[in-house]
Amino acid sequence: MFTLFFMDLGRKILSFMYFFGGLASLTAQTVYQTFKPPYKYGHIVEQCRKAGYDSLPIVSVVALFIGFIFALQFGYFMQRIGSEMYIASLVALAIVRELGPVVTALIVAGRVGAANPAELGSMQVTEQIDALETLATNPVKYLVVPRFVALSIMLPLLTLYANIIGILGSYLICVVKLGTTSSMYMNMTFSALFYKDLFTGLFKAWIFGMVIALVSCYEGFNVQGGAVGVGKATMRSVVFSFLMIIAADCFITALFYFIFP
Amino acid sequence: MIQIQRLSKEFNNNLVLNELSLNVQTGQTCVIIGRSGCGKSVLLKHIVGLLRPDSGKVLVQGKEVASLKELELVALRAKISMVFQGGALFDSMDITKNVGFGLLEHTRMSQKEILERVEESLSLVGLGGIGNLMPSELSGGMKKRVALARAICIKPEIILYDEPTTGVDPISGDSINELIRSLHDKLQVTSLVVTHDMKSAYHIADKIAMMYKGKIILEGTPEQIRETTDPVVHQFINGLSKGPITEVVDTFK
Ligand SMILES: Nc1ncnc2c1ncn2[C@@H]1O[C@H](COP(=O)(O)OP(=O)(O)OP(=O)(O)O)[C@@H](O)[C@H]1O
Ligand SMILES: [Mg+2]
Repeated sequence: MFTLFFMDLGRKILSFMYFFGGLASLTAQTVYQTFKPPYKYGHIVEQCRKAGYDSLPIVSVVALFIGFIFALQFGYFMQRIGSEMYIASLVALAIVRELGPVVTALIVAGRVGAANPAELGSMQVTEQIDALETLATNPVKYLVVPRFVALSIMLPLLTLYANIIGILGSYLICVVKLGTTSSMYMNMTFSALFYKDLFTGLFKAWIFGMVIALVSCYEGFNVQGGAVGVGKATMRSVVFSFLMIIAADCFITALFYFIFP
Repeated sequence: MIQIQRLSKEFNNNLVLNELSLNVQTGQTCVIIGRSGCGKSVLLKHIVGLLRPDSGKVLVQGKEVASLKELELVALRAKISMVFQGGALFDSMDITKNVGFGLLEHTRMSQKEILERVEESLSLVGLGGIGNLMPSELSGGMKKRVALARAICIKPEIILYDEPTTGVDPISGDSINELIRSLHDKLQVTSLVVTHDMKSAYHIADKIAMMYKGKIILEGTPEQIRETTDPVVHQFINGLSKGPITEVVDTFK
């Protein structure tokens, strides 16, 4: 019973280390191939459209609702202590520093983090990736680099967009429902935010974008066993992206907390 | 010239290639026959460097494939084409892009020249004018022929065919055989063809090699193979269920 448990644990730890080894190697290759000419702008633009532009509707809806929800939740307490005007500051900080980057990253991890392994995985099982290689084309350069570059550009941009929409949502609630004046709201928002807050948020988004691209492509390349394998890889990609986003978020937040107190 | 020297490959304790050796001269067409699952596709993948040998060597035009640097490998692959067993067409691109892929990515040819070359390759496999269809709109046999067109489009010196006529109707199959012959006669292309179709094997081969249990057990001209007294080869080429090869027959019982 116990030996079985430890054998299973050992196997899990091994496969975990194997995963990180593979991911590290893919990261190194991707970075190398990104800077190595020739550059394929067409593929990057295409991926930017798929990952960024096509995510706009869902990001808009989610960010707007988060703005509503936070204004209402903070409003509940702030009204009790008579400080409604600080809702604007709280919401701005929460969204720009934390919610904007993380929620956007989770949305993109759900969309692109599932689409990439499904697409690359079916290419893998139908030998299209082998065919690319025999046509003297590096699969990392051809398939991973455009996704990697696109996500590392688009995630900060999407985050910026989500920040604006989220603050707009909260503004609507405060101005229409809680009776804050418009100029007051703006004032409290901009006086609470420093460049540092915006920068840490966007920096996180940049890291999350790279994490999603690499994890999803890694899972796609390592599909084994047909359609079932593609399904498994898709699931693993989303789960690992979520985990790594949250872990990276915690790490980066702590890092910035100590670097720029 | 392709030289395979004592090549071994194992997958999860399943020894697929066991010190296999085979030479194919420049300009020669060599047909490989053997049971399903005996490792023919695995052998071809070693020649283009998609798989690495556990031991032994594969030399193509005198260079050992597994030890080539990235750039040398790219240069070598620009001269080798492989027709995959399942076609392996890129399903995100239309047929023109699929067939012209190698030229689009690696040459400075103009768009117009590439389009002409693509159309020429497609008509060689009897599929002229389908350039703007997507792979998902084609039948299985058509995909196979498009894969063949993609392979010949880059004008390679060596072509590896993995069952080019399987799943193709007999008339198209025969024209594929004619195509392989004419590439051999006119352009001195070195070919390695995996097939189960003995009729086409006799028709196109300079040399036939039979693979069995991870080795080449017999190689010779089509006549030598046809007249062989080797019981294994005799059973295979005549498609007999009784004989020294018994594994599958046993499992069916
Ligand atoms: N990537 C792989 N991982 C594990 N085993 C593999 C792999 N590729 C091939 N094999 C095994 O190697 C053996 C030979 O496979 P291969 O595809 O070369 O057969 P084949 O001779 O081409 O058969 P067919 O004529 O049916 O195409 C099979 O038993 C297969 O299970
Ligand atoms: Mg095969």
